[in-house]
Amino acid sequence: MNARGWSKFNIASVVLGFAFLYLPIVLLIIFSFNESKLVTVWAGFSTKWYAQAFANQGLMDAAWVTIRVAFVSASIATVLGTLAAMALARRTAFPGRLLFSGMIYAPLVMPEVITGLSLLLLFVAVDLDRGMTTVTLAHITFSMCFVAVVVQARLAGFDRSLEEAALDLGATPARAFFSVTLPLIAPAVAAGWMLAFTLSLDDLVIAQFNSGPGATTLPMKIFSQVRLGVTPEINAICTILVAIVSVGVIVSSIALKRQEVQRQRAQRLAAQA
Amino acid sequence: MKGVASFRRDFEPWNDGSARPFIQFDNLTKRYGAVTAVDRLSLDIYEREFFALLGPSGCGKTTLMRVLAGFEEASEGAVYLEGEDLAGRPPYRRPVNMMFQSYALFPHMDVAKNIAFGLKQDGMGKGEITDRVAEMLTLVKMEGFATRKPDQLSGGQRQRVALARSLAKQPRLLLLDEPLGALDRKLREETQFELVDLQERLGITFMIVTHDQEEAMTMADRIAVMDVGQIVQVAPPAEIYERPASRYVADFLGDMNFLPTTITSTKGDLATMEGEDGTVLKALNPHQATIGRNAWFAARPEKFRISRNRPVAACNVLQGEVWDIAYLGDLTIYKVRLGDGTFIKASQLNRDVMADDPITWEEQVWLHADPQTALVLPA
Repeated sequence: MNARGWSKFNIASVVLGFAFLYLPIVLLIIFSFNESKLVTVWAGFSTKWYAQAFANQGLMDAAWVTIRVAFVSASIATVLGTLAAMALARRTAFPGRLLFSGMIYAPLVMPEVITGLSLLLLFVAVDLDRGMTTVTLAHITFSMCFVAVVVQARLAGFDRSLEEAALDLGATPARAFFSVTLPLIAPAVAAGWMLAFTLSLDDLVIAQFNSGPGATTLPMKIFSQVRLGVTPEINAICTILVAIVSVGVIVSSIALKRQEVQRQRAQRLAAQA
Repeated sequence: MKGVASFRRDFEPWNDGSARPFIQFDNLTKRYGAVTAVDRLSLDIYEREFFALLGPSGCGKTTLMRVLAGFEEASEGAVYLEGEDLAGRPPYRRPVNMMFQSYALFPHMDVAKNIAFGLKQDGMGKGEITDRVAEMLTLVKMEGFATRKPDQLSGGQRQRVALARSLAKQPRLLLLDEPLGALDRKLREETQFELVDLQERLGITFMIVTHDQEEAMTMADRIAVMDVGQIVQVAPPAEIYERPASRYVADFLGDMNFLPTTITSTKGDLATMEGEDGTVLKALNPHQATIGRNAWFAARPEKFRISRNRPVAACNVLQGEVWDIAYLGDLTIYKVRLGDGTFIKASQLNRDVMADDPITWEEQVWLHADPQTALVLPA
């Protein structure tokens, strides 16, 4: 794509597209620095709402719950998702492979309401008290498939003979995995973790269904407060969330991109040599 | 026919009835679903042998190697190493190492760590590992490259590191999967001789898989030619070339001219045949084709002499028109069209520089091949 080749139509569609996507968020960020208590009236720059947000114990408790849930669920989802991806990428022929791979992808397109509701029914059925544990389990369930997809993409381009070479040189399958496979797919695994973490941080619907007393997540807290009216305090906390999520997404995409560039460079070198 | 192998003229354990085979494939079959990659194959390989598996892609040669390395399980039959059945033994418990076609160097480890990998798995001490790695780097002449990453190496250097890594554990048997496939021509020739030299010095049994006949001819003590999961012929390079067992082998290794004939008489190891136009042909008859049978008269291009005058010989005299000439520098190849339209390739060594009156296009020429250099092959 050549910059000089951009027509006015191209430029207009790009500008409109991005405006549509990001204008609301930009507004939210701008108004989080608003002096006035009235959300829609600009009265000068201030960071006092940030101070107030940090002083709000309820909000901070919810933030802490969210971070803990996100951390634990992302970590477990990464392990499970990586294992699932290994199984799918490695064993190309086992009974029910198609079904299994279809089922891994299904939660990606499943409406969250359904995921949330079905998990709730399960927890009620097994008589598990709703709280931190159930929210975490629910988040693991829906985010592990994202990890599986990211890791599987990396494994698809993985030279199988590297693992075989490790086995051939005397490494047991487990040692071959930890000393050769894992280091090489690490960027994808990290990206998967970051994605799972961000998804958990964002989630409202599934948490709403599966949370209980003492386990109110930040999105739940914000949602319930907004029903009483939007305060600049909420804007401030949302801006922080936006920042965290953006950093997560940017870091994981840079990690993947760098890996891709390295792979291509190595291939180019190999082709020359 | 003096290959490198001829320096080891005395090395012929396959002709020694008392020699015990080092590796034995016993009626080995490997199936992938409905596809049979290796079909009831039996083969003996001897210690210190440089053995080549030669065949087109898809002939099962790589599968055979992977069964030996332990990456594939045999569907039927067995593989023995020094008489011990290898069935069920995983790759990490076999005294066999492999050099992969892609080299499979670990991209996240430097050269020294790559070579040390196998030693570490054996729980070798740190100092000992360092010594062995240095020794291996010297062996493959890569001393200055210990801290380089694989992607900072050229193809030839990577090949050397891969070789060093697979030799570091001092395996009893080294498997080489198309080891020179990724190298350019010059480097490939150099490396061929180095590999043979290395194999002699270390006394390890080498088994190489290749589709390149030149590679197999230069390096191997014996070559097994494979076709659709079976071995068609096992013999030293010269024998494979001069006494191919079938038209397939003759075609796969080098060039061969074929003329359809009927056997008219046999005498000693020679057979006399009649071509379709009545030409009298005579050739060695190692397969004992009998009178009245249809058979191929087979002769390699370099066995033919080309001349303007009719040669004084009672048999194997063919006349035709020069259809095409390929000048290769060391050789000139003439494509001669016989009266019935068949083409014969005849090559001449260019001993003289720019002959005064060379044979040229559309000339009528005579071809002759000595009966001792031609062969009767079963039709």
